[in-house]
Amino acid sequence: MSVVTSGRYTFPNYTLVFFIFLQLGLHSVEGVWPLPQSITSSPERYPLNPQAFYFTYGSQSAAQEGCSVLDEAFKRYFSLVFPDYSSGYGFLRFSVDKPFTVQVSVGRDDCDSYPDEDSSEQYTLSVSAGQASLKAKTVWGALRGLETFSQLVYQEDFGSYYVNKTEIEDFPRFQFRGILLDTSRHYLPLQAILKTLDAMAFSKFNVFHWHIVDDPSFPYQSRTFPDLSAKGAFHPMTHIYTQSDVRRVISFARMRGIRVLPEFDSPGHTQSWGKGQSDLLTPCYSGSSPSGTFGPVNPILPSTYKFMATLFKEVSSVFPDSYIHLGGDEVNFSCWKSNPDVRAFMMKMGFGADFTKLEAYYMENIVNITVALNRTSIVWQDVFDYHERIPKDTVLHIWKGLPASYAAELSAITKAGHRVLLAAPWYINHISYGQDWRNYYTVQPLNFSGTEEQKKLVIGGEVCMWGEYVDATNLTPRLWPRASAAAERLWSNEKQTSDVDKAFPRLQDFRCKLLRRGIQAEPLFVGHCKHEYQGV
Amino acid sequence: MLKFVSLLLALSFCQGLQHNNIDDYVEAEPVFEASKHGSLWPLPQKVQISEVSLKLTSSSFRIVDAKASSAGPSCSLLQSAYRRYYEYMFGSAKKQWWSKNNRRSDPSDLSELQVWITSPDSECDGYPSVTSDESYELTVNQPVAVLKAPKVWGALHGLETFSQLVFEDEYGAKSINATIINDFPRFQHRGILLDSSRHFLPIKVILANLETMAMNKFNVFHWHIVDDQSFPYLSRTFPQLSEQGAYHPYTHVYTPADVKMVIEFARLRGIRVIPEFDTPGHTQSWGKGQKDLLTPCYSGSKPSGSFGPVNPILNTTYDFMAQFFTEISTVFPDGYVHLGGDEVDFTCWKSNPDIQKFMQQQHFGDDYRKLESFYIQKLLDIVTSTKKGYLIWQEVFDNGVKLKADTLIHVWKGNQEQYQNEMANVTASGYQTLLSTPWYLNRISYGQDWQGFYKADPQDFKGTDEQKKLVIGGEACLWGEYVDATNLTPRLWPRASAVAERLWSAKSVTDIGDAFNRLSLHRCRMVERGIPAEPLFSSYCPREYKGV
Repeated sequence: MSVVTSGRYTFPNYTLVFFIFLQLGLHSVEGVWPLPQSITSSPERYPLNPQAFYFTYGSQSAAQEGCSVLDEAFKRYFSLVFPDYSSGYGFLRFSVDKPFTVQVSVGRDDCDSYPDEDSSEQYTLSVSAGQASLKAKTVWGALRGLETFSQLVYQEDFGSYYVNKTEIEDFPRFQFRGILLDTSRHYLPLQAILKTLDAMAFSKFNVFHWHIVDDPSFPYQSRTFPDLSAKGAFHPMTHIYTQSDVRRVISFARMRGIRVLPEFDSPGHTQSWGKGQSDLLTPCYSGSSPSGTFGPVNPILPSTYKFMATLFKEVSSVFPDSYIHLGGDEVNFSCWKSNPDVRAFMMKMGFGADFTKLEAYYMENIVNITVALNRTSIVWQDVFDYHERIPKDTVLHIWKGLPASYAAELSAITKAGHRVLLAAPWYINHISYGQDWRNYYTVQPLNFSGTEEQKKLVIGGEVCMWGEYVDATNLTPRLWPRASAAAERLWSNEKQTSDVDKAFPRLQDFRCKLLRRGIQAEPLFVGHCKHEYQGV
Repeated sequence: MLKFVSLLLALSFCQGLQHNNIDDYVEAEPVFEASKHGSLWPLPQKVQISEVSLKLTSSSFRIVDAKASSAGPSCSLLQSAYRRYYEYMFGSAKKQWWSKNNRRSDPSDLSELQVWITSPDSECDGYPSVTSDESYELTVNQPVAVLKAPKVWGALHGLETFSQLVFEDEYGAKSINATIINDFPRFQHRGILLDSSRHFLPIKVILANLETMAMNKFNVFHWHIVDDQSFPYLSRTFPQLSEQGAYHPYTHVYTPADVKMVIEFARLRGIRVIPEFDTPGHTQSWGKGQKDLLTPCYSGSKPSGSFGPVNPILNTTYDFMAQFFTEISTVFPDGYVHLGGDEVDFTCWKSNPDIQKFMQQQHFGDDYRKLESFYIQKLLDIVTSTKKGYLIWQEVFDNGVKLKADTLIHVWKGNQEQYQNEMANVTASGYQTLLSTPWYLNRISYGQDWQGFYKADPQDFKGTDEQKKLVIGGEACLWGEYVDATNLTPRLWPRASAVAERLWSAKSVTDIGDAFNRLSLHRCRMVERGIPAEPLFSSYCPREYKGV
């Protein structure tokens, strides 16, 4: 349509697909989202009765009863498999139902550990008469398998539950499948974060990238520097994350096999830091006197690095993940340029007038701090663009541009031997009219020029929900099911999932499952779910 | 002036595009500053706020009927509004109990708000209409505040305004500044369209939005209740329409009791409910429960099995419509029904040999617009006989259908220039009109698109003063292709609030910066009242949305 407002309604071609889907019926086993690597199923099906349904540990399993991650998961997935049962829907006793057992076996007792970059998420699931056998190397793989099993179960109109005979072998295509939430531009109440973690597990996401602070506010309550949130949060009591809040998020995420990657972005994006930490930011000058405003972190003072070392020491003790995101994006040089002390430092260091060198100098120092803490750094692509002398194991995070330019960036960064994470095509805070999930779905993360070795350096991708226009009021429907499109791209085999029209009915079905689970996922197009969202 | 407005719109559009493709951070950040009008939204016609601030305490403050008021304790519309606004200002009864136990013994500076309905007929038990008087005067001073309104409809708006004047100081105490307000709407028809056909909207969602409409002084709920995709209206005369045509015959329908509840809930908030039963196009779902209503399409010389618009050549069609609209006229008390009439696709009619024959008999030649007019005219006669007025989408006017003089033409098409020309043409022909084109809120984009909605003015077109007077208002439309209960409320609010101010406040109220400041606070107030209204930009509310 040439003029945006020329039609009262739009009738794109998807209508057709939708009606076909209705005629086929819903109980296709391909209803698993994201699509497993290998799945075969037969029409043979088995009834499930919640009163004769059990999760058990296999006798050979390294983890047994008492394994916190799996014990909790069994409770969770029981309610997810039988959504009516826990809500007290009238279930009469079926006298002759055979029991059904899901037997879980893992190769390693990692019940008390945290998921990390090397954790295997592979699993096999075999559903047959009276039982399902779920085998995985780690508890994290077992969690993915439980999710898959829960999606295989369906309910008929009269309330009975069934599962079809099925064989699945599954593992993720990429090890890093993340979602970024921004709690600085708007404060997100803890409930909103926990709900997101829940929904992430349903789409097999495994990294929560917590962009916890930025210019507008500093809600992280630091043990070492309490003034940062006391003065830099929107409100020092109601708009902060206390240490126990953070612990809750980390433990809630761990139970779902999700890593929590904190980002403390500097030297730019730090206006809120300056409120609680004097002399941290660069005083900007107007002519020969300070203007009263502040710029990026002041890179010329030893006190800056002392502060950062202390802060990151705390961060590394609070957040168990082996990665820390250091930001490093969008540094505006005008304030540095205006400041005579910074200029003098530039002279002394022989940087000339090239402020990217000053930025690089700063980032090197910060990266070294995290290296000393035995953490891997992730930085936004800007750091690479300005400066190639960063430690080899630093991960670069691509966020800029259209496919052509991010493909070039992927090429360049992997050629330099760095690992890389792709976010550019998944800036999901950018909304537009219509089915934009199709764009997220059809991304080809490895479609850039490079060797096989280079391709292996792409560790995954991330969906970013920046917070300018997002808070607890609209986060969930804006994130789901749009993020689920990216989830399948990051988990599943690209060849098997290249047809976006085939994905459409499956994603419609999956979004109804999300609704059934209380996740306020918005519709893809016209239609309905059996159980509509009941909130407001 | 006109040029200037379009330039501004163009500028903001370019900016929007940039954000979509580049990055997140290059934003000219709006800076929040307190407005001298606090959080008032939409801005009243005349406001004087003094520096004198008066305390209100929940334990002693009351909203009462003034002695001389023509509405007394038997006016349940007002009594329930008093309680509603008391709770908005002081929290629910549960919270009250707390504050009673912890109360400080400060007396209120302001002990009561007296509500005085001045006209002998308060209209307490009536329905609001297009001619309802919605004006009110509010005087806040020690020791009592007085809200004077000729009718209950004005009083409802005045209560909302009063509640917007109340603020919380740093210690959590409620205060209000001495104030004089004289207020009335610029336009009589200020509507929101919701579409319950493309997605079914549970009653709860509709009620929550009526509640929010009242907070924004909207007064028309345009219920686009059925369309191609589904027919959720449960008709007593033709129950098979929803049995066959709804997404689900029990869980995805509006029963007569549901409809009644919506109408009464709306009435108590001064909101009219105008149902739309769009024909002859947009009727696929009707065909499932009503045989022979739709035109069979032909492929060559045989029926193809698919159906087109309503069949205009059969008498049975008009018998059906007469019965159906008789029911509608009794179920919906409003004086108007929306008859649709948009986007009729002629290809099916063209394919059908019986229709071709009929065209010949009627000497319509190949002009299928004449057939459309034939249908619409018969329909208008039917609806006229039920003593209802009607609204129709602009195509019906564009196609030259003969219309009653009091027909409302609903403009929805085109770009700015096109809709302004249409407004000029419609009013030049002497018809009253209603604008929606710039307010298709289902069309989303990145950034602060509310500013574009705010800048559109329904009277900006070339025409005489007489023509301008024929513009009775506008409607924000939230079509349902991509909207259901999961995302409706944050998508609608506070974007629709921008439209609300354009339709209520004086034409001269156009300061975007001041609007941003007031609207930011207004949206936090909606959030505090439990409505998930989305943010305008990076910011916070003292009480964030808790309904996650």
